[in-house]
Amino acid sequence: MSSYSEPFVQSTTTQGDGAAGAQPVRPASKARRRAARIESVPAHRKRSLWQRIKRDRVMLLLIAPGFLYFVVFHWLPLPGNIVAFEDYQPYLGFIDSAWVGFDNFVKIFADPTFWQALRNTLVITGLQLVLFFPIPIVLALLLNSIMSNRIRKFVQSVVYLPHFLGWVIIVSIFGQVLGATGVVPHLMQAMGMQPFEAMTTPWFFPFLVSIQSAWKDAGWGTIIFLAALMNIDQELYEAAAVDGAGPWQRMKTITIPGIMPVIILLLILNLGSILSVGFEQIVLQRDNVGAGAGEVLDTWVYYHGIQNGQWGPAAAVGLVKGVVGLALVLGANKVAHLFGQEGVYSSGK
Amino acid sequence: MPRTRRKNRSADSARPAWMEKPSRLGITGKAIVVTLICAATIYPFLTVISTSLSDSTDIANANGLVLFPLHPTFAAYETIFSGGIVTAALVRSMLITVIGTLCSLAATVGMAYGLSRRDLAFGRFILLTALFTMLFTPGIIPSFLMVKQLGLLGSYAALVLPTLISAFNLVVVRSFFMGLPQELFEAARIDGAGDFRILVKIVLPLSKGVLAVVGLFYAVAYWNAFFNAMLYLNSDMWPLSMILRQYVLLGSPLDTASVGEISAPSQAIQMAVVVISVIPILLVYPFLQKYFTKGVLTGAVKG
Repeated sequence: MSSYSEPFVQSTTTQGDGAAGAQPVRPASKARRRAARIESVPAHRKRSLWQRIKRDRVMLLLIAPGFLYFVVFHWLPLPGNIVAFEDYQPYLGFIDSAWVGFDNFVKIFADPTFWQALRNTLVITGLQLVLFFPIPIVLALLLNSIMSNRIRKFVQSVVYLPHFLGWVIIVSIFGQVLGATGVVPHLMQAMGMQPFEAMTTPWFFPFLVSIQSAWKDAGWGTIIFLAALMNIDQELYEAAAVDGAGPWQRMKTITIPGIMPVIILLLILNLGSILSVGFEQIVLQRDNVGAGAGEVLDTWVYYHGIQNGQWGPAAAVGLVKGVVGLALVLGANKVAHLFGQEGVYSSGK
Repeated sequence: MPRTRRKNRSADSARPAWMEKPSRLGITGKAIVVTLICAATIYPFLTVISTSLSDSTDIANANGLVLFPLHPTFAAYETIFSGGIVTAALVRSMLITVIGTLCSLAATVGMAYGLSRRDLAFGRFILLTALFTMLFTPGIIPSFLMVKQLGLLGSYAALVLPTLISAFNLVVVRSFFMGLPQELFEAARIDGAGDFRILVKIVLPLSKGVLAVVGLFYAVAYWNAFFNAMLYLNSDMWPLSMILRQYVLLGSPLDTASVGEISAPSQAIQMAVVVISVIPILLVYPFLQKYFTKGVLTGAVKG
């Protein structure tokens, strides 16, 4: 038990001007002798690593399971990407499978289905970025303009809800509403339009996926913008109003610039993940529209690799996607810095 | 909606004195838009629940717009629960969710608490090891091969271990712990409490809110997950989400052997499975949402 007093000593002796003479007044305890020894170490000198390990052993023990998890399931699989350079056979393993160099990459770049999957991915993420990225922003402005707390909280509760439904549930619900027996085809028929199968029409697929994403996450996406809106100094508005600025003018000159950093931050994150579409969402619906319209990079990897046993090419596609995706995040972050915005992982936040 | 708003203005409204009175047109327009948004969110739930309670003539006559079951019947639910498949999957899903959430919470809290010490030995290295995983994924194939290598194929552990901790939740909990008043810890240390006792006696009781949010995040994720089950489990081990996919999305018929006597329209049965999947989420949501609207989470994230 005695060593537990050490962090206390540490925190008091290193605080403030760091003067070693600032002795804390403490009651006598079993730990006293030991603590006194440590206090005799000049405060400006850091404690040795070994001393810290000894002091932190309980903490390190508590961390161990989580650390192990990140290593085993996020870092150790990385060398597994070596499969991309092999003619991998599960029964042979990583080491004995034949090394084929860049053959798998040559193979996938010559494969039209890969390019089709890439195109589908970019169409879907691009559409989501153009059409549905602004929705949470507009919704947040709308929510923010509701003056009644009670109504605002009610609306928030409603629009956050779909975020918590899984994709299986959401796709089922959409099938019920948009599918052949749903209300939308009936409405279209009633209005004299040709009803069409929203769930199974290939050209509509990117729109369908985007609408589903918007229904699920547009409300949830407002949280971060609402936080940004709350951080705007309210006195700015008052000053502007006193100076005669109307509501629209206040929005243009105060609100929008106030949340711009957040908008840019999220835009960066979205650009960085432009090669990733919701895998679960797509894999559930790919077969409704066929691989031509429904295949994206992640489903390509899944169907070619895990379903058909083409481990090498599938891992190659996964590796290309991962490397390009990482480069995009880092690149977009760099661009944001150039524009004077705080990036995703800057300033030690 | 405008009326409620006017009535409650004095008590409820946050409109500051300098702001101009909103125009009648503006309020009406806003009310219509807000009502439409809420309707677009709520309507799908309503129609799913109603369909599950309808008989076949109701469904046929409704032209897709099943708002209220005219002849409410629980036949669909009786059909589902008279057979073993859905009931067993429901129990499995609940067990996976409860056990998975407890494991995830324990691992997350332990790690976050350890990392909340500012000069922890190896602290920076451990933190970066966890945070960098937000930037990349190892890829589907290497992850699959890792799970296979560990011998987890066909085991429920394959649903929990590969998604044990979300780095995002870890950051949320750690920020919260770091924001707790340090004086409390110091006082406890003077009294001779160790790191673990401080966690149990001081930190955890102060963190109920954030633990509720993070725990329910985990629970919802486990409840909804289907892809890991699809990859790693045989069909006799499937959780409810996979059953839902099988019978609603892929349209496999629920044969009498698996569900017992069929006495309800297939559409109602399908929607009943959807309802059963949604109900647990609807039950926990009211406890969750008060934290979101209070902004507990955003405070933690920004910190």
